[in-house]
Amino acid sequence: MLVSYKWLQEYIDLAGISAEELAEKITKSGIEVEGVEKLNEGLKGVVVGHVLECEKHPNAEKLNKTLVDIGSGEPVQIICGAPNVGKGQKVAVATVGAVLPGNFKIKKAKLRGEESNGMICSLQELGIEGKLAPKEYAEGIYNFSSDTEVGQDALEVLNRDDVILELGLTPNRADAMSMLGVAYEVGAILGKEVKIPNPQPKTSSEQASDYIKVTVEAKEDNPLYVAKIIKNVKIGPSPVWLQTRLMSAGIRPHNNVVDVTNFILLEYGQPLHAFDYDKLGSKEILVRRAGNGEVIETLDDVKRTLTPDHLVITNGTEPVALAGVMGGANSEVSSDTTTILLESAYFTGGAIRKASKDHGLRSEASSRYEKGVDPERVRPAAERAVELMVELAGGEVLGGIVEADALDVKPAVVSTTLGKINKILGTTLEMNEVKDIFARLKFATSVDNETITVTVPTRRGDITIEEDLIEEVGRLYGYDNLPTTLPEGPSTPGHLSNYQKKRRLVRHFMEGAGLFQAVTYSLTSAEKATQYALEKYEPVELAMPMSEDRSHLRLSIVPELLEVLKYNNARQNDSVAVYETGAVFLKNSDGELPEEREHLAAAITGLWESHPWQGEKKAVDFFVLKGIVEGLFAKLGLESQLGFQKAELDGLHPGRTAEIFLNGDVIGFIGQVHPTMQKTLDLKETYVFELSLKSLLEAETAPLQYTAIPRFPSITRDIALVVDKKKAAGDLEKIISEAGGSLLKEVSVFDLYEGEKMEHDKKSLAFSLKYFDPEKTLTDEDIAKVHNKVLAKLEEKAGAVLRG
Amino acid sequence: MQDRLKELQIEALEKVAAAADLKELNDIRVSYLGKKGPITEVLKGMGKLSAEERPKMGALANEVRDAISGQMEGKQKELEEAAVQKQLAAEEMDVTLPGRPVKMGSHHPLTSIIEEIEDLFIGMGYTVEEGPEVEKDYYNFEALNLPKGHPARDMQDSFYITEETLLRTHTSPVQARTMEKHQGKGPVKIICPGKVYRRDNDDATHSHQFMQIEGLVVDENIRMSDLKGTLEVFAKKLFGEDREIRLRPSFFPFTEPSVEMDISCKICGGSGCSVCKGTGWIEILGAGMVHPNVLEMAGYDSKKYTGFAFGMGPERIAMLKYGVDDIRHFYTNDVRFLKQFSVEE
Repeated sequence: MLVSYKWLQEYIDLAGISAEELAEKITKSGIEVEGVEKLNEGLKGVVVGHVLECEKHPNAEKLNKTLVDIGSGEPVQIICGAPNVGKGQKVAVATVGAVLPGNFKIKKAKLRGEESNGMICSLQELGIEGKLAPKEYAEGIYNFSSDTEVGQDALEVLNRDDVILELGLTPNRADAMSMLGVAYEVGAILGKEVKIPNPQPKTSSEQASDYIKVTVEAKEDNPLYVAKIIKNVKIGPSPVWLQTRLMSAGIRPHNNVVDVTNFILLEYGQPLHAFDYDKLGSKEILVRRAGNGEVIETLDDVKRTLTPDHLVITNGTEPVALAGVMGGANSEVSSDTTTILLESAYFTGGAIRKASKDHGLRSEASSRYEKGVDPERVRPAAERAVELMVELAGGEVLGGIVEADALDVKPAVVSTTLGKINKILGTTLEMNEVKDIFARLKFATSVDNETITVTVPTRRGDITIEEDLIEEVGRLYGYDNLPTTLPEGPSTPGHLSNYQKKRRLVRHFMEGAGLFQAVTYSLTSAEKATQYALEKYEPVELAMPMSEDRSHLRLSIVPELLEVLKYNNARQNDSVAVYETGAVFLKNSDGELPEEREHLAAAITGLWESHPWQGEKKAVDFFVLKGIVEGLFAKLGLESQLGFQKAELDGLHPGRTAEIFLNGDVIGFIGQVHPTMQKTLDLKETYVFELSLKSLLEAETAPLQYTAIPRFPSITRDIALVVDKKKAAGDLEKIISEAGGSLLKEVSVFDLYEGEKMEHDKKSLAFSLKYFDPEKTLTDEDIAKVHNKVLAKLEEKAGAVLRG
Repeated sequence: MQDRLKELQIEALEKVAAAADLKELNDIRVSYLGKKGPITEVLKGMGKLSAEERPKMGALANEVRDAISGQMEGKQKELEEAAVQKQLAAEEMDVTLPGRPVKMGSHHPLTSIIEEIEDLFIGMGYTVEEGPEVEKDYYNFEALNLPKGHPARDMQDSFYITEETLLRTHTSPVQARTMEKHQGKGPVKIICPGKVYRRDNDDATHSHQFMQIEGLVVDENIRMSDLKGTLEVFAKKLFGEDREIRLRPSFFPFTEPSVEMDISCKICGGSGCSVCKGTGWIEILGAGMVHPNVLEMAGYDSKKYTGFAFGMGPERIAMLKYGVDDIRHFYTNDVRFLKQFSVEE
């Protein structure tokens, strides 16, 4: 809502309060003022001039040479390029020395040999947006009415000596979508009276009811419809004061009748519509829901197909307006209109919102109806409109009342107590202070001991419960004046849950390992939603996605992490290591929410380590990432529950992929991205893992317990084995561990050889075995017993023999 | 014999003095003082001496030995020192060459902001609650005083999955769920961070997915002044002790009264600049007293219980705090962006 500071002063005395001060006060007590614009900022030296002579420029086809009386001294010669300039016009003249928007200074000049002492201005040249200028002046200079006094400040005549406050209205404050509503608000803030117009239009002896009959079928959508007839109007431009009021509020002037309806919309917040009575084609208005497939051509020349969700104004048969949204082209007021049917109606929000949404039409009228207009202003707005129309367009208002009234509204009566007010706000207000606040709001009150009962005017439909009253008290008392306290009462221990603590630990571990945390989108394409899914699920799909790329909820984090790698690679970030924790979404049966499972995923590509001047470089590989997974499990005390098993999974390299096991259950995977996928994404060798963080963090761990530092030495035996190439080191390790029993404390691989010294399908794997007995120093015999068993089992179970 | 010993002493001392390294010195030691050395040889002839001369000669021989070994000791120290010096000189290196980089990732800036806020409120006795990102219409809207057809639903056009389920448009449903869990009893003191989704086209200031963090306190005597005090503690800790706060009336369907909190602009100190759009204030969060309908729907007696709630956007806070100019940076994960947040503040 754009509020003219000058216009507002017609309803309230703002003496001594600047527009900026007012803006600050309004913001602090109720409605955010999002902008304060001085309309004449940087403008000066523009006067009203009278074009005495106008002839073609002798040397330029498109220019005119004019002689203009600017009210002081001799008339001046001005060269003017506007096609619509003409003798006798009253125009805005930027005199020599004037400054126009953009710091454009007007100087004496010679144009094609002819002297020019100023410039005749269009509205745009004075800083008014082209789309707001009346159509007839949109392409040329503006004309004042012929009775405008020459020599006076044209910016004042055009009301440019004004300041516009831009109010950011929350949906509850529909009351402030009108000048009167803003005046009430400012009145409450400043504690001042509000001057309300008191229209008393004269009516003729002819009865409106002889011209029109109103029937409302859809009474719920339209509880009140008031019709007025004005005969013998003369359509023409509005006076400058009205045009400038509209323009300052962002509405383009059209003609005196339409402008009056828009003026009342701004002043009262009550939308009106003027029909050309003679084009109506009947003597009847019927308000009803539209039929299925019924068509109306609206004022913007668009044919719109309707449904029973939409409310229409009809002439008994044909629709003549899409109620509360836009009038019909068939009954539009034009320059030859002589009889006006004026509609002032109360439509409820629902049908209007639906029509406005379905047809993508958001008009000044519909936005007010959607949020709710004041039912008590329907009649006064109509009275004020016809009074103004007669004043500006002539004609006569027909007598009598024509309306369909099924309205049942009463002001809300809400009570609260002083105790409750002070309890909620934390204040120590007295009853007279509270009463004074409601008096400023012009709400009637009655007090009975501690209880105050407030009668809320219908203009403030947002106030229905006592908390609403408390808010009014709070904001007008001033939140700055509230004491500053902290909650009292029993203390509560603040903490993270175990899960949350461990999740933070996981993040720190991943970052300590060198990975950056990424946050990607949960919504992805249908294709990517199922890629790298740990479990096969149908992805959850949006009913109405904004794009195909963001239409499904992810089942895996990896696809978006690969996009992160791709994005970075394309920007010369070749080495990237990222991880993410976040939900994946597993569809449940209809009607149930999907299961959201928190996952941890990582993706690495490029160099893992690089220390060039020492000649060290290491590209990422499977074991870099595997080491991170192992480290993570170790950090969480789950090392002994971790397992890997070779696997073939979609999108991953079949020879370089493993499933990750926790306590025997698959909870994730690790592997190289399939070379085909790498190529598609333009990635170099890339490794990923993803696992169920939920499973990991909820796994049971043994409590931390000290074990004694060994008092006896351990003894190490190294063995080099020759086995089939396909034999997994992990399997051999398992055999060794089992055979080694309690004396074997540690097994580790220390060498792998697959070179030419071996048979082609064999490899050599070397293990280091550490034996230890907490009770004594082991003898060679003790060890030999176990060690030989290990060797025997290796041969028996894996065909592994000691390398000769 | 005596002369021979003296000769040997002079000879040995000369050689010791001339020794170039420890090995040479050791050779000298072996050749003069060893069992097969000349001194021992000389002493083998002692048997021919008289009983008076023998001890004298023995003493002399010891003198000679001591002189030689004493000299050697000194020389040894000297040579060892020289060897150390030589090694040190050989091992000298350019200390200005770069060290081996430690691999170091970092929190996403949004996580840093969220954890900072979490910790701040944990310190004030809050726990951290989370909830599903796909929500029931009931928890996302209805339980928050936004019945179907409520105009305020326009404010947050949503991603529906079915008529009754949608991607949550705010983290407030976690509040509704937590209150419900408490079965009408207080106190509730929670902070709820998480991802939320709205039908916005992604641009510099909009993102269809973003973060929110909300707080809720419900108890028997919660006042708006408590909200003001809590927000003041929060704002000063997060943005600096010198920042002022102001509460401005606003509207949210789930709170009444509703406010927005501004903090004084750090850039201009309140006199007005481009960051604060000339107002001297920067909007940080929305808040208010929990609407009685919300309390009642969650099973609280709104005559007995009151509460306050507040909510903010970590992206906005990160943008203000670090001067990030485009919200999309948080979701494209450019490592040149992420690396800038490795620094712990």
